[in-house]
Amino acid sequence: MCLGIPGQIVEISSAEKKLAIADVSGVRREVNVACIAGDAPVEDLIGAWALIHVGFAMSLINEEEAAKTMEVLKMLGEAQEEIEAMRASQREMDRAS
Amino acid sequence: MNQPMRRMKSDTVTLAHGGGGKAMRDLIEDVFVSVFEPDGMEDQARLTNGALASSGAQLAFTTDGFVVSPLEFPGGDIGKIAVCGTVNDLAVGGAEPLWLSAAFIIEEGVDVALLRRVVASMREAADEANVRIVTGDTKVVERGSADGIFITTSGVGVIPPDRNLSANRVQPGDVAIVNGVLGDHGAAILAARGDMALSVEIPSDCQPLNALMNATCETVDVRAARDATRGGLASALNEIAEAAGCGIEIEETALPLRTEVKGVCEILGLDPLYLANEGTLVLFVPEEEAERALDAMRSTAAGKEAVIIGRATTAHPKRVVMQTTFGGARIVDMLVGEQLPRIC
Amino acid sequence: MKYAEEFRDPKAAKGLLAQIAQVIDELGATKEKPVHIMEICGGHTHAIFRYGLDKLTPAGLEFIHGPGCPVCVLPMSRVDECVELAERPEVIFTTFGDAMRVPGTKKSLLQAKAEGADIRMVYSPLDALELARRNPDREVVFFGLGFETTTPSTALSIQQAASEELANFSVFCNHITVPPPIKALLDDPHMILDGFVGPGHVSMVIGVEPYRFIARDYGKPIVVAGFEPIDLLQSVLMVLEQMRDGRAEVENQYSRVVPDYGNPVSIAACDDVYEPRPTFEWRGLGEIDSSGLRIREKYVAFDAEAKFSIGYGKGAPRFVPEPEGCACGDVMTGRLKPVQCQQFGKGCTPEMPLGALMVSSEGACAAYYEYGGVDLEPAE
Repeated sequence: MCLGIPGQIVEISSAEKKLAIADVSGVRREVNVACIAGDAPVEDLIGAWALIHVGFAMSLINEEEAAKTMEVLKMLGEAQEEIEAMRASQREMDRAS
Repeated sequence: MNQPMRRMKSDTVTLAHGGGGKAMRDLIEDVFVSVFEPDGMEDQARLTNGALASSGAQLAFTTDGFVVSPLEFPGGDIGKIAVCGTVNDLAVGGAEPLWLSAAFIIEEGVDVALLRRVVASMREAADEANVRIVTGDTKVVERGSADGIFITTSGVGVIPPDRNLSANRVQPGDVAIVNGVLGDHGAAILAARGDMALSVEIPSDCQPLNALMNATCETVDVRAARDATRGGLASALNEIAEAAGCGIEIEETALPLRTEVKGVCEILGLDPLYLANEGTLVLFVPEEEAERALDAMRSTAAGKEAVIIGRATTAHPKRVVMQTTFGGARIVDMLVGEQLPRIC
Repeated sequence: MKYAEEFRDPKAAKGLLAQIAQVIDELGATKEKPVHIMEICGGHTHAIFRYGLDKLTPAGLEFIHGPGCPVCVLPMSRVDECVELAERPEVIFTTFGDAMRVPGTKKSLLQAKAEGADIRMVYSPLDALELARRNPDREVVFFGLGFETTTPSTALSIQQAASEELANFSVFCNHITVPPPIKALLDDPHMILDGFVGPGHVSMVIGVEPYRFIARDYGKPIVVAGFEPIDLLQSVLMVLEQMRDGRAEVENQYSRVVPDYGNPVSIAACDDVYEPRPTFEWRGLGEIDSSGLRIREKYVAFDAEAKFSIGYGKGAPRFVPEPEGCACGDVMTGRLKPVQCQQFGKGCTPEMPLGALMVSSEGACAAYYEYGGVDLEPAE
């Protein structure tokens, strides 16, 4: 139901039938791009990343949102490292005293 | 041979070629004997080997049936796996493989050209493994009774007196090493079958492992080894854990995988631990010998990418547990049935 | 693997886990009185076990595994109907791999295949269409299984078949929708649910609005989540924070894939091709109103139910009782944990499954069994 994987559109196989070739880590498969094509020419999709599920590109990956999510996580990760560093140094100080 | 060699008179294999008469002699001499033993073959191979006679040496003997579809795939064909499979079965027991038999069941209508390619592959693999195919058999069955070609190879080898590889020798603390990337064969076959319409360059990893095993066994005390064929690495590890009675722990981050194999697994929802290999093994050595084992393996063609993936442990006896990339732990069970692609 | 591997980074997990632990504390949740968060989607269940998230998160958090596994909720009578279709000599029955092992009353599709039925696994309905083009003398039937993630691909394939006037292609439609069973669970007085992790890929199709009723009418938070372990942890944290702050909202953690408004092309294709069935049978949940989809009259030529006179509405609905001892219904609705089912690991194993939850890779029982939910010591 949920097995979808991000893939990059690398080639258009049939603009008329809205079919393109998606690449997932070097594995290529023809996918239907009707869901993501919009009004622009299908060729514009080349290079775009999309969520691939059962041979259909179902949704364009929003690179901005992805970056935003990563930012939040990065900050959380850094904050956590800070906290752990503080705790570690506190333990050092406690041991020394 | 005194007379001129017999030759095939048709392009396809027919029931006559299995009939025991002249057509069958044509097939056997032209397609098999001329390639495997050009000096001629008797009904039974008669062999001597000095090592066998030495006291304490053991005879190793194994057999395997090979069925694969498609018959030819990137990186090999049914012939190559038939030779390497049996060679490797002997090798992981510590034996030096010597002689193979090859029995063919051929579906009527098979292209002789295909058969010749398969036989050529077998000769090439045998040469690489330094073994001889010394005897064999041929049967032809009606259309629909076999999937093109089935091959059964049996193999004989010698285990030197000082070698004792056995799963029950594996002890907690022993280190687990694989010789290279996992799952290539399984992924290659899947892609080659075409059902999933995936286009990818993954050749099967099919190769003989006896040179690698020999080099390693000469250098360190190998407790046990298993080739990770059907059922993948997971099944091989489970067999060892079960026989040894100890637990095995592996690190997901340490597992060597081709990017493309990861891609295939992600798309189809497969677990690379269960994909078949035809040239990949896992072996266990005492911890203090791990570095020397790695060096020995990496000095051979089949072991260039050898890497430690885990160890035997006292925890969770008979179970294989993997520390995931994520920091959690999960049990790696034996494969149940066949791994099927999923969309969920 | 871009857009996937970054969200599997254990370093990011540490921060999230620490925060989760903190909020669990603030909520006063403990092992004896945990917070109950339901992950609706089977894919999430699978991910939780695969990455050991249930062991990494504090004891005060309990995951309730929801009914979002379309294979698990497939009634046995539907499997029987699949087998019946597949056993017709003119039919090539195509299906996703997931459905192959589900037991029917007599056999599974895998067993039927072994007995000679022409059953083929496909990755995509597009492949079934291609089979139809290449085999004009056979009837190709595609088993349309799945929630809203998969309904558009089947719909678009039916539209494609219609435009090509393919005479030998039809869909055996078993598509179902997520919101109705969630409502059924929320209406069940025995269910204790504090919040939801929502199905990321269903939402990329339908958007986030369909879940509004969960927050508005039942006062429960729901966060639409991606499928990587980081996505799940972040979503869990967001649910917990809503609880702590006394909010009940629909939030979207998976914004890189899910637009709040969903996918217009998919939604339009589904509207064109399907209409809701008045009721539909869910294994373990019984009949639920407006939860199943059927193919509209205008596409009747591609409706296997009409073509082969089979399935819903054809004759009396067959009620097939669960095999004795099978507790799939209770486990699927979170009333029982897999290990509490009497048959778990004994009469019901992945090798010899009694019910669908042990067969489907997303079923809670299969996940527990495969990833060893119980035996292991918690990881450090």
